[in-house]
Parts: sequence; C-alpha cells; structure tokens
Amino acid sequence: MAIKDYIRERFFPHMWCPGCGHGIVLNGLIRAVEELGINKNDIVMVSGIGCSSRISGYLDFHTLHTIHGRALPFATGIKMSRPELNLLVPMGDGDALAIGGNHFIHAARRNIDMTAIVMNNRIYGMTGGQYSPLSGYGTLATTAPYTNIDHSFDVVKLAAAAGATFVARSTAYHVQQLTDVIKQAITHKGFSVVEILSQCPTYFGRKNKEGSAVDMMERMKDITTPIGSKAKKENPDLIERGVFVNEDKPEYCSEYNKIIERAMKGN
Amino acid sequence: MNEKIIKFVQGNEACVEAALYAGLNFFAGYPITPSTEIAETLSARLPQTGGKFVQMEDEIASMCAIIGASLTGNKVMTATSGPGFSLMQEALGYAVMAEIPCVIVNVQRGGPSTGNPTHVSQGDVNQARWGTHGDHAIITLTASNHQDVFSITVDAFNMAETYRTPVILLFDEVIGHMRERLVMPEKGELPLVERLKTSVKRGVDYHPYLPREDGRLPMSDFGGIHRYNVTGLFHDMWGFPSSDPAIVHGLLRHLADKIMNNENSIARYKEYFLEDARTILISYGSSARSALHVVKNRRARGESLGLLELQTLWPFPADIVREKCEDAKCVIVVEMNMGQVLQQVKAAVDNPEKVFLANRIDGVLINPTDIRNIMRLIQGKGV
Amino acid sequence: MAKPKLKEHLINRNWCKGCGICVHFCPKKVLELDSEEKAFAARPQDCIACKLCELRCPDLAIEIITE
Repeated sequence: MAIKDYIRERFFPHMWCPGCGHGIVLNGLIRAVEELGINKNDIVMVSGIGCSSRISGYLDFHTLHTIHGRALPFATGIKMSRPELNLLVPMGDGDALAIGGNHFIHAARRNIDMTAIVMNNRIYGMTGGQYSPLSGYGTLATTAPYTNIDHSFDVVKLAAAAGATFVARSTAYHVQQLTDVIKQAITHKGFSVVEILSQCPTYFGRKNKEGSAVDMMERMKDITTPIGSKAKKENPDLIERGVFVNEDKPEYCSEYNKIIERAMKGN
Repeated sequence: MNEKIIKFVQGNEACVEAALYAGLNFFAGYPITPSTEIAETLSARLPQTGGKFVQMEDEIASMCAIIGASLTGNKVMTATSGPGFSLMQEALGYAVMAEIPCVIVNVQRGGPSTGNPTHVSQGDVNQARWGTHGDHAIITLTASNHQDVFSITVDAFNMAETYRTPVILLFDEVIGHMRERLVMPEKGELPLVERLKTSVKRGVDYHPYLPREDGRLPMSDFGGIHRYNVTGLFHDMWGFPSSDPAIVHGLLRHLADKIMNNENSIARYKEYFLEDARTILISYGSSARSALHVVKNRRARGESLGLLELQTLWPFPADIVREKCEDAKCVIVVEMNMGQVLQQVKAAVDNPEKVFLANRIDGVLINPTDIRNIMRLIQGKGV
Repeated sequence: MAKPKLKEHLINRNWCKGCGICVHFCPKKVLELDSEEKAFAARPQDCIACKLCELRCPDLAIEIITE
C-alpha cells in the first residue's frame, strides 16, 4: 500500500506549521505501519489535546481524539475490551507528562499492550509557546520570559522506572531509526514508549534562538548519539538514541484473561 | 412459577445486581467512600461472566476508560462520590459531546471538598446538572429504596443506550449503605434496551454522527468494520472537527433536544395520596423515606397530606410537578441540601410563594420528626 | 539487488509548505525551492533515489518514483 492509503487526504495540507517535526513523525509512523503490514482496520489511534494530538485526524485508522492528557486511560478501556486491536497513542510532551503524567506512569506500570509515542518538541505549541515539563532548565517560553527554572523529566528513565517494557528514543532527523523503533514498539507485547525529539521552529525554536526547522534538525544530529557510543563517554551531555528497554513481563490484558478463567471456575 | 430470589443487601449491592441484570460488562473505578462496595462487588462479579473490571489511578482515568470501553460496544459504568465526581466532569462532558452511552453512579456524601465522607447528603443535585462546562442536557436518576435502586439502575442503562448519553445515578450514603430486602427480578421481567447498531455494511459510507429522524444515532462498534473519528470538538456527521456555525449550532441543539424533547418519557416519579392533598411534600432519595413516613402517619390522623417522590431529577420534570401541585395550598420540598430541588420546584409551580423547604445539612438523615417540626413552623403552629 | 533508479520526483505543490528540510538534507543537492517557496528537483540527474527527502518531508509532499 502507498502512504496515501493510510491518510485522510481531504484534510491535507495538514494544519502543522512549515517544518514542524510532528509531520515527520506522522510520515515515519505510516511507514512503520506499512512495513509491518498491519491492516489499518486493526489499528486504533487515541490522542489527547495539542498540536501532537491532531495526528489522529489525518490517519485512516479508528481514531479517537480525546481530552488533554487522558489518551492513555481512554485507550485502556478500548484495549481491555478488544485486546486484539493495535493501540497507538501519540502524545505531546505536555499532554503525556504534565497533565497526563499520572496516566503515563500507571499505564507503564500495568504493562498494558499499547504504543505510547511522545512527540517531544519541548513546548506547548497549540496555545502559543508556554514551557512544558520537557522544556528544560534555562530555556525561554512565553510563560518563562526571564528563563525557565523547571527541570525537565528524562522520558526514557521515567518510562523505564515506571515499568514500561519497551523504551526507545529517536529524533525527527533520524527518520530511519524513528521508523525502526516505532516498528519494534508496535510489535512489542506490553507497554512501549517511544520518545521522538521533534522540532517546533515556530515557538521553541524562535524563543530559544535555535533557528529554522533545518537548524533544529542539524542540532539533533549534534546533541544526540547512539546508546553506549564512544562519543557519549567523552561527552556525557549527549542524549542517547536507540532502544533502552526491551523485556518480557506479563501483559495486563493477558493477565486479566487469567482472572476471568479463575473467576469462572469459582476460585 | 419459579420462587423469587430474595436478597438482603446494601443499596450499593442492589445497584450492582441491577447493572449486571442490565448487561454491564465493563467497570472502571477508583475507591471512594461511600461508593466503594460497588467496585468491590464488581471486581468479583464481572469476571465471572467474562466482563472486565479495572481499578484505575484516579476518577478521571476511570471515566475515560469506561468511555473507551463503551465505544467498542460494551455497557459500562463507574461509581464514585462527590470529590471523584468533580474529577470526572471533563470526561463526562466528552461523553455528552461524543454521545457515548455510560452510567455514572454518585453515592453522595457531604461537601464541598472532602466534606463528610461517611455521612449522608444530597448536595450534588446541581453538580449533576451543571458539573461539566458548556450548555448541555443530562439525565439524572435517583431512588429511595433498594427495589427502586434496582429498577432505576436498569432504567439508567436503558436511557444511556436510547439517548446515547451519560446517565447519572445520584444515590446517597444512606441508600448506599443501608441494608434491606431486594426481590430479584427474573430475566425478562424488566425490559432492556440494547445498543442501536448501524445496518450500514462494510465498505459503505457510514456517518457516525448523522442522527435518524427520531434523533437516535445508530452506532458502529469502534474498532469494528467502519473506521471513523470521534472527538470532543464540535464535529460534522463524519465525526470530524468543525467550527462551521451551522454545524456548531445544529449539534448543540441536537445534544439538548434529544433529551429535553423526551422529558416526559424520561420522567420517573411515585405519588402517594396526591388526589386530595392540600399539602404536598416533594422529596427523593433517602429523605423521601422520612417524608413518606410523615405522610402515612398524618394521613392516619386525617390530614390531607401527600408525597410526590421524584426519581428523575434531570431533566427536571417541571410539567409533572406543576400539574401535581396545582391544587395544593402548600408544597414542602424535603431534601438534604440548601434547597437545590427547591429552586426547581419554585420555578415550576404557578405560585412560588407556596413552596417551602424542610432540610438538614449536617450529615444526619432528616427524620420524620424534623419534617414534622418544620411543617409546624410553616403552618404557624410553632415547634 | 540493483540499486533503485530514479524515474520521477513527485512533489505535491499544494501540500509543500517550503520548509526546506528536503533541500538542505539532500546528500546530492538535487532539490531547491522555487520562487513560490515550493520544492522542486533542480538536478534530477544527480538523484541517487535514497528517498531521505521523502522520509523527512513533514508535509508528506514528496514521493520518489523509481524504475
């Protein structure tokens, strides 16, 4: 199937700004689904609120555009009802980790089989450039005019500590890796988290003098490195890319089926 | 004929029995007094029939999870009390907007805030109506004894399916925790409404948000043969966001009209000795038990006293209240709040000056003596 | 397997927002933005059909057709 078979063409060109990294995530996600050969009728995409959440409207899957931060619990209700469906849950950084932070860690803890994709552009774009829990100390935002004193989460460490059984990171620049880790995440049975560093040239880039979308993507090359690289040893500030966690642990819906068996037997 | 099964249960358990009778197969919740027995009982009962129970991380998540589960074709419920009900309001509005059938039980405690968790109150009547933001219509039902808890819970599921809307069951701590007899209705004894499914075949254009002429929306199970979009934004007949004024106006009207135009078929109430009543008590939930006691007691002494017990609180059955109270000289609303139903009754009747309040707001069940004392004050007889 | 050979750059001008990502990251400098800020293949003969432009296009506006 071609890329166009997976999208709702009538809504294109999409509403994201020129050079927005979220479009690249959309692009890579479609390729991941295409390469895996999953029937689009077997995919449910649940999103929250924000620039990132608009991705669901563009895709020809079963799509549920919910409320801010709560995509994962909506997805939990669907997955428990229909465990055979593939659940994809794209979220923004504020969506996933500020308002939705509690749901994020608890979905990870349950190890329910779904793929959380954190489209991390370090800013609230839809509302005009306020700092997010991933903006980072020392950045500027429309609500941090003097500089941001909030420290950021490390999404990978947070997800791993919360119990996610697949955790990976890539960037909008590293498109082949982006597609590859999304493929692995979808295939993984359990709660998988993929963090994609995505550029927001309109707000984060402009506020923090990081230049154009192109400049921001060049920067992704410079500030990231493959997991365990020599460069990381020399420069600990580099952000690692790759698969951090990939482990087997009992999955929630499978475990619940065992509960049903026990309950039906009366013990 | 089979012997009827008789149980001696809490109101919370009666609610569970009824929900299962109605076909509940998915529950998500978070522990909170005085509703917790509903979750506890369902955690044991649901998987026995292949249903699913999940204890979520909070009430927000619980409400979201039942919406997701309902979309795929399940009958769903959550249960909570005031503080949790507050947390559910945003997602409840989503269910209104996206027209997703679900039942929310609020076993009321005293509020605001943590309030009086183990004591009775009826303070959430207005929150049930206007808790979520924006114009909308909502259905809210209540009951005063366990047999009625059973039938009204079945009604709640039926109305949720009929109108594709959240339905709130507004019980109170006394009803939730009190034990009394419940005669289990047999299978088929109470009618059940099943989800109206679309007959549109696979591959044919399905309009998830195009109401039929009767206002009902045939549904395709989410994740099934039709791929469509669901959103909390104003949306067109395909479920895609729209801010077109005509679409926004039309959808808001549809959401309100599908319920407000059926006010009379949604109205549930019971009446006692109203025919010749000069004084009418209006009550609901556990306070209606005390009101009924007063009415029966005073009738025996020859007073022309009657009771109108409301089971549908929203949409408020204003026509019925007006009609029943037409000839009464005095109407006394008995409730455990500062007059939330009183306001509605005053707005409904021809002469609001004849409407009085008999209430308690201290976490103690209003008893017949309380009501009697207030009646004496109203009648100018002193206490 | 032989390397894919370029047949055509299909660029959807209605979808292209002219961000320049494809132009900048093309390893062979095949693409440019025209006067309307839309991408086009200025030097198609140099294209090695690596498809990085197609993969990185945030607007899904580029398709590399190979023989």
